[in-house]
Amino acid sequence: MSWRHYVVALGFCGLVAVLAARVAYLGIEERIFLKKQGDARAVRTEVLRAQRGVVRDRWGEPLAISTPVYTAWSDPSLAQVSESQVARLAAVLDVPEAELAAKLGDRGRQFVYLRRRMDWQLAQTVEALDIDGVYLSTEYRRFYPAGETTAHVVGITGLGEDGVDERGLEGIERAYNKQLRSVSGRKKVLRDRSGHNIDDLEFTAAPKYGEDLQLSLDLRLQFIAYRELKSAVQGHGAKSASLVMLDARNGEILALVNQPSYNPNEPLRPTYEGVRNRAVTDVYEPGSTIKPFAVLAALESGRFEADSRIDTAPGYMWVGNKLIQDPLNRGVMSLTHALEKSSQVAIAKLALALEERDVYDVLARAGIGTPVGSGLPGEAAGRFSDVGLDNEVMRVTLAYGYGLSLSPLQLAQAYLTLGSGGQLLTPSIVLGTADHGEQVFSRALTRSVLEMMETVTSEQGTAPKARIAGYRVAGKTGTARIVGKQGYDDERHVALFAGVVPIEDPRLVMVVVVNEPSGGLSGGGAVAAPVFARVAERSLRLLGVPSAPNVQLAGGGR
Amino acid sequence: MPRAGALPSSAQPRGLIPDPILTALIAVVMAYGLVVLYSAISADPAVFRAQLVRLGLGVLVMLVLANLHPRIYLRWAPLVYLGGTALLVAVLLMGVNVKGSTRWLDLPLLPRFQPSEVMKLAVPMAVAWYLHDRPLPPTLKDVVVCLAIIGVPAGLIVLQPDLGTGILVAAAGALVMMLGGLRWRLIGITGVLLAAAAPVLWQGLQDYQRQRILTLFDPESDPLGAGWNIIQSTTAIGSGGVSGKGLFQGTQSHLEFLPEAQTDFIIAVIGEELGLVGICTLLVLYVMIVGRGLYTAATSPRTFDRLLSGALTLTFFVYVFVNVGMVSGLLPVVGVPLPLISYGGTSALTLLAGFGIVMSVYKHREW
Repeated sequence: MSWRHYVVALGFCGLVAVLAARVAYLGIEERIFLKKQGDARAVRTEVLRAQRGVVRDRWGEPLAISTPVYTAWSDPSLAQVSESQVARLAAVLDVPEAELAAKLGDRGRQFVYLRRRMDWQLAQTVEALDIDGVYLSTEYRRFYPAGETTAHVVGITGLGEDGVDERGLEGIERAYNKQLRSVSGRKKVLRDRSGHNIDDLEFTAAPKYGEDLQLSLDLRLQFIAYRELKSAVQGHGAKSASLVMLDARNGEILALVNQPSYNPNEPLRPTYEGVRNRAVTDVYEPGSTIKPFAVLAALESGRFEADSRIDTAPGYMWVGNKLIQDPLNRGVMSLTHALEKSSQVAIAKLALALEERDVYDVLARAGIGTPVGSGLPGEAAGRFSDVGLDNEVMRVTLAYGYGLSLSPLQLAQAYLTLGSGGQLLTPSIVLGTADHGEQVFSRALTRSVLEMMETVTSEQGTAPKARIAGYRVAGKTGTARIVGKQGYDDERHVALFAGVVPIEDPRLVMVVVVNEPSGGLSGGGAVAAPVFARVAERSLRLLGVPSAPNVQLAGGGR
Repeated sequence: MPRAGALPSSAQPRGLIPDPILTALIAVVMAYGLVVLYSAISADPAVFRAQLVRLGLGVLVMLVLANLHPRIYLRWAPLVYLGGTALLVAVLLMGVNVKGSTRWLDLPLLPRFQPSEVMKLAVPMAVAWYLHDRPLPPTLKDVVVCLAIIGVPAGLIVLQPDLGTGILVAAAGALVMMLGGLRWRLIGITGVLLAAAAPVLWQGLQDYQRQRILTLFDPESDPLGAGWNIIQSTTAIGSGGVSGKGLFQGTQSHLEFLPEAQTDFIIAVIGEELGLVGICTLLVLYVMIVGRGLYTAATSPRTFDRLLSGALTLTFFVYVFVNVGMVSGLLPVVGVPLPLISYGGTSALTLLAGFGIVMSVYKHREW
């Protein structure tokens, strides 16, 4: 063997050593870095979307439901999309071509949204383009089938802080977020270069589906209430309005609507005006709708009965320096007649004849002054205080509904004590959470008050328009002036009507509040009572409440 | 070598398999390659069968060539060389264009083939033929002639363009010259000349070839284009570590991240799935094969035999070096398969034919 052989052998061994060294360098020295690089390409975390709970009405009709929507996305660090493909994609997605090209050209990123929340049809079109590197994934979008009709009760959701799961912003969605909410899971998957999932590696978090929630709401009644309230607001040019309908037997909220409303399916953030659940959050002076409780206090005192006589001549009186007057001098009236005509003088005399705290106590027992606890967010407590009851003016104004404020829901709860035979029940929005209530008034006395209130809907009463063919209606109108900058404003009113029907075996308690009706008609009997009648009549028939054939619309007066 | 160095006739190998050691080594490497390929192609039975048939055909050719006498090669060398060169010219004139380069010839009655493959054997044969009866080390004139013998076909191949094969063909011829005893001074001068010519050669390269060289130094400069292959292959090798992820477990190769996983970049699959151990095992096998070939050359008495078998053996090693160097990011990307492992027909056939010639030299070491 010559030296040449050794040189060849040596050179050869040297080259092999170079190769081995290089491979060893990659496999040992660079291993961790390169392994991470490899995983970065192939191992991806995938979000497992979970569905938020469904909100249903008492019959199972969906009020809020999460439906799948599709999101187109891409991984610009891997995708190689040609110019013509960008053009076609831009046309389908309806986004500017330059913008799309810029997104896809951002090589430094591994994830860009191309378009979010597409419907199934559009997603199919994108899929049909079959562009390598453009992927579709499913998300859930909240859909409210009843739209603005149930918007205030059900509420809306928005994206949570993690940008993935929804959280409730308003209404039931907010109040019961804990129960309804879903938590997306995460899993690590092995993905090939074209973006197909090859294998699940591990679940890092299991998805948690939201629990469904069934409300006491009856969507049929809700629709009726919404339609009638809306047409009343339009017809009277009112600023806003609310309606609350309770089941007189257990306090379940059957309908709760407001005007104005908003479409919860619109992506835009609704305006503050439209989104307010006025029936729960806004307080009004209840005016004459409080008078039945003053009458109840009088009956409870044992010194008055339904036909007790009160002399209202000469149709006005002074209490301290405050003038209290009726529209005309009605002379001697029975207590029932005083309620029928809504006589300020009679109620004032009644209040002065009772003990200092009698009327206040009745109102307090009827739930006024404390939030209802229905479960709806933002309940107002209202203004109701026993400070100054030693002042006659305070006692008198309290008895006819001034100097206190409450929400329509609170007024409904108070009327519920009359409709339920003297029980204080909590109006409940979630089915199955109705409580048994506490007996706060005598059953017989509340029944008497209801009978007396029936005269309000007589031809001679303040609200004949609240009458319903075939059912006996107990109700009371109210027309409260709104407190403006300089005390009570003579031009702006709130028209109220609160009622219980049917009297024999009460089934519905309903409050209608129309805020600032304009035009000629402004009283509760003219503006709110007709809404009550139309909604209650159709609701009673839908609920199958038996009617009494002897109750005639024309001859209802007593 | 003196005549007295000839082996006693009793020790002369007989039978169909002249060199059982080399044959066994080749068989082990092929078996190893089949296992890795089976994983790289995700156990696709059709592809696997095709590779088996090709290797079987290659082994058949190897055994046939191993049993021919080296003087037949000596006699036919000029003719094969001239015929091959003519075919290369034909390729440029009437070849089939596949993926932007013209390498294939579609002649009637023959399967489509690459004449450049033939030249991998024909060029070293021709150089060895030219030098076998001349004084060694060769004179300057002989060197120039040899360079011409090498340069013409290599140039024609580069024109196709197929730089990888061109380099291999040129290397095969140059290795014969080197074994023939080039003066170191001459090797030095050639080196200087090559360095001086580098800028000119650079200009002569195709754009994509230049890009490949540039990305060698900075693969991240174009991670989705020319740098992609290198990044992917080094990632695959590196992520395998010392012992690898196991057969079929490689993510880079099985998830399409690694390009050409079953052909030129198959060693990255070995690296990822069998680790450093897998690659080193293969390198050891290759070293043993080369050692056996060099032993054959060193113990062969005739100049032509010695030059040819030595050059073919070292060409085999050039394959290994260029391929592994390329995949591990040491050399620019040129299309050179991993010998006896990569999926694909022609190169395996050429390599096995080359080993057939080496075996023939081994068998006929008597005078």
